[in-house]
Formats: sequence, structure tokens, C-alpha cells
Amino acid sequence: MNQPLVLMEGIEKRFPGVHALQNARFELMPGEIHALVGENGAGKSTLMKILTGVYQKDAGKIIYKGKEVDIPNPRAAQEMGISIVHQELNLMPHLTVAQNIFIGREPRNKRFPMFLDEEEMNRRTEELLEMLHLKVDPKTKVADLTVAKQQMVEIAKALSFNSEVLIMDEPTAALSEAEVEELFNILRKLKQKGMGIIYISHRLEELKEIADRVTVMRDGQYIGTTRIDEISIDKIISMMVGREIYETLREKDAEQNAEVVLEVRNLKRGREIKNVSFKLKKGEILGFAGLVGAGRTEVARAIFGADPIESGEIYVKGKKVYIKNPSDAIKHGIAYLSEDRKRYGLMLGLDVEANMILPSMQDFLNPIGFVRKKKAEKVCDEYIKKLKIKTPSLRQKVKNLSGGNQQKVIIAKWLMKNCDILIFDEPTRGIDIGAKNEIYRLLNELVSEGKSIIMISSELPEILRMSHRIIVMCEGRITAEIDGKEATEELIMKYATMYEN
Amino acid sequence: MKTNFIIRWKMGVLIKMETAQRFRFFRRGALRQLLMFGSLFLLFVFFSIASPNFCTFENIISIILATCVNGMLALGVTFVIITSGIDLSIGTVMTLSAVMSGVFITYWHLPVWIGVLGGIGTGILCGFINGVVISKMKLPPFIATLGMMMIAKGLALVISGATPIYYTDAPGFSEISMGSIIGKLIPGADIPNAILIFILFAILANIILTKTAIGRYDFAIGSNEEAARLSGLNVDKWKIVIYMLCGLFVGMGGILMASRLNSAQPALGQGYELDAIAAVVIGGTSLSGGEGSIIGTVIGALIMSTLTNGLRILSVPQEWQIVISGIIVIGAVYLDIIRRRKG
Repeated sequence: MNQPLVLMEGIEKRFPGVHALQNARFELMPGEIHALVGENGAGKSTLMKILTGVYQKDAGKIIYKGKEVDIPNPRAAQEMGISIVHQELNLMPHLTVAQNIFIGREPRNKRFPMFLDEEEMNRRTEELLEMLHLKVDPKTKVADLTVAKQQMVEIAKALSFNSEVLIMDEPTAALSEAEVEELFNILRKLKQKGMGIIYISHRLEELKEIADRVTVMRDGQYIGTTRIDEISIDKIISMMVGREIYETLREKDAEQNAEVVLEVRNLKRGREIKNVSFKLKKGEILGFAGLVGAGRTEVARAIFGADPIESGEIYVKGKKVYIKNPSDAIKHGIAYLSEDRKRYGLMLGLDVEANMILPSMQDFLNPIGFVRKKKAEKVCDEYIKKLKIKTPSLRQKVKNLSGGNQQKVIIAKWLMKNCDILIFDEPTRGIDIGAKNEIYRLLNELVSEGKSIIMISSELPEILRMSHRIIVMCEGRITAEIDGKEATEELIMKYATMYEN
Repeated sequence: MKTNFIIRWKMGVLIKMETAQRFRFFRRGALRQLLMFGSLFLLFVFFSIASPNFCTFENIISIILATCVNGMLALGVTFVIITSGIDLSIGTVMTLSAVMSGVFITYWHLPVWIGVLGGIGTGILCGFINGVVISKMKLPPFIATLGMMMIAKGLALVISGATPIYYTDAPGFSEISMGSIIGKLIPGADIPNAILIFILFAILANIILTKTAIGRYDFAIGSNEEAARLSGLNVDKWKIVIYMLCGLFVGMGGILMASRLNSAQPALGQGYELDAIAAVVIGGTSLSGGEGSIIGTVIGALIMSTLTNGLRILSVPQEWQIVISGIIVIGAVYLDIIRRRKG
């Protein structure tokens, strides 16, 4: 066996109050795709930040290509050939593709080295993009690219450093299935060239397809490494959570002739929403499947009044309503829970109570306009119990809660406002596997209490498992409506890729 | 034969796509500049029709001359605003620079050129301190430069004893602004040096912003500071450099100001920072960073002084001039927001 490309041993890292890494270990061979998995907070990111020089280790050693090394800063890591593609892409949207790739090491004008050589930079970028079979003009501004393309730009940037180690942090979280396939092809190509790739992902199904080996971390510790073909997904999950997780929940069947609570007729807006009509019944979960960019979020935001519509009618419980802005929608009992919770769903710096009562503040005010503290606390406590929100107190700042609990705070907020049509956009994105199950159970409880849910999700297993009915969208159109029991991944994919012409 | 044809056809399509892309890119950038040029032009036409005294050589020169000091500050602060920072100290640092040049020349009887360098150096030093406080001590730029604004104002008063310093011993000093090299070369074209210096500095600023690493990192930091840091840029260092660069332009602004008045006026200066920031913003530079241009700033500064000048010629009371300037700032930025929404 040849020597490992990277070997990290006995890595320790402490932050104030947290022992983030405890005797952590990781090994990467050349020409290998090595998956690194673990729940949020297991220490994956911290370990990778140490490898890329963002953090400094407290103890332990890093052996890179046979030699013990020190990685004092991100620059040093890059120059050694260790590159990372972050989950939150680290590009500068106002700069062009080429400018982003060569930032900090722009080729200089031969005669006047104080000037940048833009042409040389664009030419070299073109070569890099060529290698990735990416048809993008180096002079395009990054802001004008899709997320998938932006990710490719990051990979191109890694290649430009002649990197031997490429770390991909949750690369597929925002990609559609087709884009994921493309990404995998590129990763396989890079692997054949002898590059070692560290692949961090929550989507375990994916790992089976792309990874060679998998290392599991839990609570900052190394749990184990195995070949991916010798281990089942269930086994990986139990290594990750260190406990048995809940059985898959079997949802209650929806009533066939339940009341229609929301009906959308001929919703239209430009190329994003093309003549969308559907009905949502009381007590059902209506899944919205489709690739990224299929127009699902656009439809949801239009119904919620967050974006304008050109034409179309919306009926709530049989009555025609006019929704011009989100506050209209909320008045009619419609809530939208954005996929980007931190940006659109929460005031991160405020405490749990403030977040929960924000939309229904009116109900908690006394005649002079002060908040009735006792009443607010009582109601919030009820919801904390009901939704099993794990928080030390109502005074905890929301940013200190886990993703799953943050999601629950948002749900509580809308339930308090008496919203009974809940539109969830990617309800479990960025949430641990253990916490995901809790969210699923919560969704089932909500519908059995008579709420109605629209669930937009890019994760097919989630759609299949949760939905009573599934609507598939492609290019702004509804291409199919499938009964939850008859749906399969293949069927959904067929309709999700039913492009016109 | 057939495959050959298909390949050619595909290439044709590709080329077409590329030109289409380029055209769109061109259109976007050009539209904005056209809009700004257009507003300036409309102002000009309006005032020319309204008053026969507006569109004369002397008046146009006096408009540009009035632009120089504000324009110089605006050039400097453009760099800072592109990083999504702000510099509120430019007005009073300009004053301090002028006072320091007075100290060098009048108090210490040093040659004029040392006085000029001393004034500029003062600006750079203040910029350096701003940069360090912002990047190393992590103070928000608004607060850091608010502090510097007060410090510089106070120091200018202390150093000068709160009285103007006159450049009585150095007759050459006023030549810096009000002499005319062009007038000597081409008789009749008595364009003051201040205008020449402003144009040269604007060209310099444009080259720095578009052709050098400083300019590139300026945009990079404003666009996504964390990404810039993770790309290996020494963000702290570049921020300090950018605030120093701003200080350089501000220092030069102080020299132009003092030279034009032939005295360093320690009580002047506060409020200039807001006029300069207004010019930058009218010029389409985004306060949220990552976007901006020197040509925009120059036009923005010209729009402001054209407006002041024109309104004065139309005998609009000065109080109302200020009100109208305020409306113009809001209107210009609103136009830009609308344009962006459509783009």
C-alpha cells in the first residue's frame, strides 16, 4: 500500500467552553474519494478548517505527502495544494469568473508589473474551464451564474493551484440531480488523475455512489473508517448518532373528500411560473418535487405574496382572495417557511420568545402597548412543550439553537398566528438526521390536527416518504400530479425532466 | 461533409451567443454611464436655457474649479465605499492637512514642496490610523472615522490656535491652485492648475481602481470580505492601504483648498465629507460595496457643483439650494435602484 496523501492524527482543538476535537483522526489516499460524515457539531468542519489553515490545532500532527507540516493560514494550505470548496460558496459576486479564480495572485503585465494582465488571466481561466468542460465566459460576473456553475468555478479555482487535495463541503446541498451527476463525473475524473478528495455530505445515499471509503465522526471524536461497499447506510447512521434512530414513520392516509383549503388557478409570471393550478386539501401533505430552478419556490413565494404575479386566482377555503403582500397571506392563514431560515425566518440575535411572538405581537399587547410578559411566556412555554423544542430557556438567543430547533421555533411562530396552511421550503435542509425525523413526525402531527402542508423538497426520499400527493414541476410548469402511494423516484424524475421541445 | 457542416453551424451559434453576451454586458455598463452623463447634460441644457450667463467659458471653468476640492475627497472616499466602508473624517482631515502645510511653510519656513508633501502625508497618516482602528481593532468604519473626524477637527484648531494660517512668505503656494501652466503654454486658455491637478488625480484613481491589484482587492473586499480572506488575501493590510489611499486624495484636497484660499482655515471642512459621499453615491457607487467607478464619482461631483452654480446664477436663495441638492441625492439614488431592479 502506498503512503497516504494526508494523515491527521491525535488532533485536539478547544474553543472556549467546547472541546471541539478530541483525538481526531483522518487519512486520505491519493486517487481516493473519502467521505467524512457526522452530525452537525461532530467536528467535521473544525477538522477541515485545521487542514486548510483557518484554525490552528492545539495538539496532534498533520502528515502531508510523508512529511509533518504546519499550516499557519489558508494561503499556506493553498500553496501546499490543499483546497476547499465551502458549502457557502466563497466567491465575490461582483467580480468575474477569472478575477475570482486568480484573486490574490493575478498575472502581472510583463513590462509594468504594477498592472494586472487581464488578458492572460482570462486565457488561463479559459484553459481551466476547458478542463472541466464548462462553457462559461471567463468575463461573466459570478453573480450571473447558477449555484452549480459557481461551484464549478470554485473547483476550477482549486485546480488552478494544482491542488492534490480537494475538500468538498456539502457540495450537492443546492444542486439538482442532473447537476449532481455532472459534479460526480468531474470528481471521478479528478480522482483518476490521482487527486485525493474529501467529501463531506449529509446525503448518505450519495456517498454510496461516489465515495471509496467513509470516516465517521461523532462529538469531536473519530469513530471509524471503512470501505463504503462494506457498510450499509443504516450502519453509518447508527455510527453517526450513536443510538438507534426512529423507525420510518408511516403517515396517516389523508381523507379522500376532505375540504379544499387552498386552490390556485392559472398562476402566471413570465418564464418562472407558467399556468400553475392545484388544490390543497385539509389535513394533507402536498409534496412539490422538481429540480432546482423548476419554479417551486417561485410559486410558493407568489402565493405568499412575497413576489408579484401577472395573473391567476387564489381561493382560500372556497373564497377568492387577493394577496398583494405577505401580510395579506398571513391574514388568510398562509405561512411560508423559507429554506434559508437564517436569512428569512429568524432574528438570530433575538431570543426564542421574541422570535415566536413577533407576528402575533398584537395579541400580547396591553392597552398601553406594553407586551404582556406573563401571557407571552405562558404561550411560548406551551409551544416549546408541544413541539419539543430543546432550549435552556425562553431567553436563549436563537442563533445558539441547532438547525432542527430553529426550524421548530419558526413553526411555533406561525402556529401561534393561527396559520393553518403551511408552506415548507426544504424543511430539513442543513438539519441533522436525528433531528430530521423529529421534523417529519411534527409535520405528521400537524396534518393529523387538521393543518395543511405544502412541502417543497429536493430530496426525493423525503418527498416519497411524507407526501399524500406529489406535484412535479419542470421549467415553471406542473408536469404531473402523482398519488403518494404510486410514486417512485424514477417516475418523479421522468416528470421533473420533461422539458419542452 | 455533413458533420463538418454541423460543427460549423455549432461554432456559429457559439460565436453568436458570445457576442450576444458581450453586447448585454456592454449595454449594462454603458447604460448606467449614459444615464449619468445624460443627467449632467440635461442640467447643463436646462441652466443654459434659463440663464445666458451660465454657458460661458468663465462660468464652466468656475464650475469645474468648484468641483476640485469636493471631487478630490470624493475620489478618495470612492475607494473606501467600494469596500463597503465609509470615511466620515475626510472633511476635517482635509482641514488638518491644510493646517499642517501651513505649519510647515509659514511657521517653520520650509520650502513649499515640503509643505505640500507634509499636508499629503498628514492625510495618509490619518488614513493609516483609520485603517488600523478598523481592521485591527475591529471598530465599525462609521464609528472609527467619526472619532477621527472629531480628532482631526480638534487638532486643526489646537495647532493653528483657531486662527487662519496665511501663506504670506510663500507666494508660490497659491500658484499650485490658481496659477495656470496651460495658460502659459496656450495664451488665452487660462485654466487654473487646480483643474489640471484634479484631472490628473482622477486619471490616477481610475488606473489604480481598474488596472492594479489594489483596485481589484478593493472590489473583492467589498463584494465578499470573508471570501477574500479565505482566498488568502491579507484583508487587514489591504484595508489599511485603501484608507491610506483615501487619505492621500484627502491630503491633496487640503492642499488645493489652502492654496486656493491662500490660507489654511481651521474652522472650515466639517460637512465636506457628506458632500463628497453624496457625489460618490450620485455617481452610482453602492454603499453596500463591491460596485463603483471613478468616472461615476467625477460626474457625481460635477452634477453637484453644476447644480449649486446654476441655482446661484438663477438667484435661488442658498437655503433652497441645499434643499434641492438633498432632493437630487435621493432622486439620483432612487433612479439607480430602479435601473438595478430592471437590470
